[in-house]
Amino acid sequence: MAADIKFTEEHEWLRVEDDLIVVGITEHAAEQLGDVVFIELPEEGTTVSKDDEVVVIESVKAASDILAPLDGEIVEVNDPLTEDPGKVGEDPMGDAWFFKMKIEDLSALDDFMSEAEYKDFIS
Amino acid sequence: MSDQATALMRTPLYEFHIAQGAKMVPFAGYEMPVQYPMGVMKEHLHTRAGAGLFDVSHMGQVMLTSPEGVEALALALESIVPVDVLGLAPGRQRYGIFIDETGGILDDLMISNTGDGLFLVVNAACKVEDIAHLNAALPDHITVTEITDRALLALQGPMAEAALARLVPQVTELKFMDSVRITVDAVEWWISRSGYTGEDGFEISIPAALATDIAEKLVAMDEVDPIGLGARDSLRLEAGLCLYGHDIDATTSPVEGNIAWAIQKVRRSGGAREGGFPGADRILSELHNGAERKRVGLLPQGRAPMREGTPLFATAESDDQIGEITSGGFGPSAQCPVAMGYLPIAFCQNGTEIFAELRGKRLPVTVAPMPFHATSYKR
Repeated sequence: MAADIKFTEEHEWLRVEDDLIVVGITEHAAEQLGDVVFIELPEEGTTVSKDDEVVVIESVKAASDILAPLDGEIVEVNDPLTEDPGKVGEDPMGDAWFFKMKIEDLSALDDFMSEAEYKDFIS
Repeated sequence: MSDQATALMRTPLYEFHIAQGAKMVPFAGYEMPVQYPMGVMKEHLHTRAGAGLFDVSHMGQVMLTSPEGVEALALALESIVPVDVLGLAPGRQRYGIFIDETGGILDDLMISNTGDGLFLVVNAACKVEDIAHLNAALPDHITVTEITDRALLALQGPMAEAALARLVPQVTELKFMDSVRITVDAVEWWISRSGYTGEDGFEISIPAALATDIAEKLVAMDEVDPIGLGARDSLRLEAGLCLYGHDIDATTSPVEGNIAWAIQKVRRSGGAREGGFPGADRILSELHNGAERKRVGLLPQGRAPMREGTPLFATAESDDQIGEITSGGFGPSAQCPVAMGYLPIAFCQNGTEIFAELRGKRLPVTVAPMPFHATSYKR
């Protein structure tokens, strides 16, 4: 449901799945990056602080860092993506999610943008 | 509009780039297309499979003329360019470098003998300094003219000949590094069979007023697509070609830069016109004894691209940095990360394993021959 997806100013999307949040980058971000050729994901079990660099994503043009949106623990990463980084361009909002993290309080998500707010933000 | 944006120059093809949907970025003082909607990866692959059209009008086009003739011009240019200019036949082009007193490289350039003068193409970022250098260093009988009323295009790729021949049929007769002037319907085309992608292709100087029309005619052809600076960089990197200001600069000699091939025998020790250029002592000595370090090809072992500035080490543990990557990224045709950089001679043998430090981790890198993708020049 749309209410369950939130967006950061760093062009990440955060989707609530059970008691975890799934994190990926938006279509807009994927478009800006261009063809993704390399992804380095964090190790499962890593404890992260908000704004830690957790994912390295490289296109033909340049390298970008993806920051942890909140404090928490990385509990699962999308390993197959590292073998097929081009998927980020094809399905950034679906199959090309990066990691799932556990955060203390899901209500922290309220601080992020709704889909409508994000659309305004990028326009 | 910001001050920076207003200060940027535009090439005659600016409107064409916008119409083609280009993403424009500042580059060497110009607003240039970094990519079109196709994207860097597809643009790169398209150039290797079909034909890519590049706007290189930001580069400096310079004509040298003299009442004393081309021979006098060639000999004068040889005093600042350590290559065989005198031996360059009319209608031929050659790679050269401007050299400083310490043997460092001031810029690299293309030199064509037009029969009535020498036509130079120099890098955009260096052109003001290059022209000042030419004016200061060359004798008074030589006139240095920057050509500002002509655009410069590059059409590169295996289908470039077929495409360009529809507009200029004579190009099928050209061989690699031929450089000629061809008049078609009262328009003079200055065409060389060369480029900077590792592919067969052409660099095409045309009157600025006709540039958009000609570019539109070319991209209307099935095999031709416009290609931005992003793919231009990945193409030249795979071809093992130096980017001035990155892989070579005033701190690198031509021997260190691994472009000693550009210095013909006639300018080397024992040659008929040995030396006679700035930094000759150092360069002739390095040609004979070798330099202490050299630019080499590098293949990162994993999938992580390694970019300019990545430090290199002899082992996974050693503290002493032995070199640095000067250009690197993902090679769309090589389908793996590719790079080049400087290493001490002891590490320059192909197959040598060294380590790069990337995001705090030491990752293995193998010294490898260049190009990373076979060239297809029409010799």
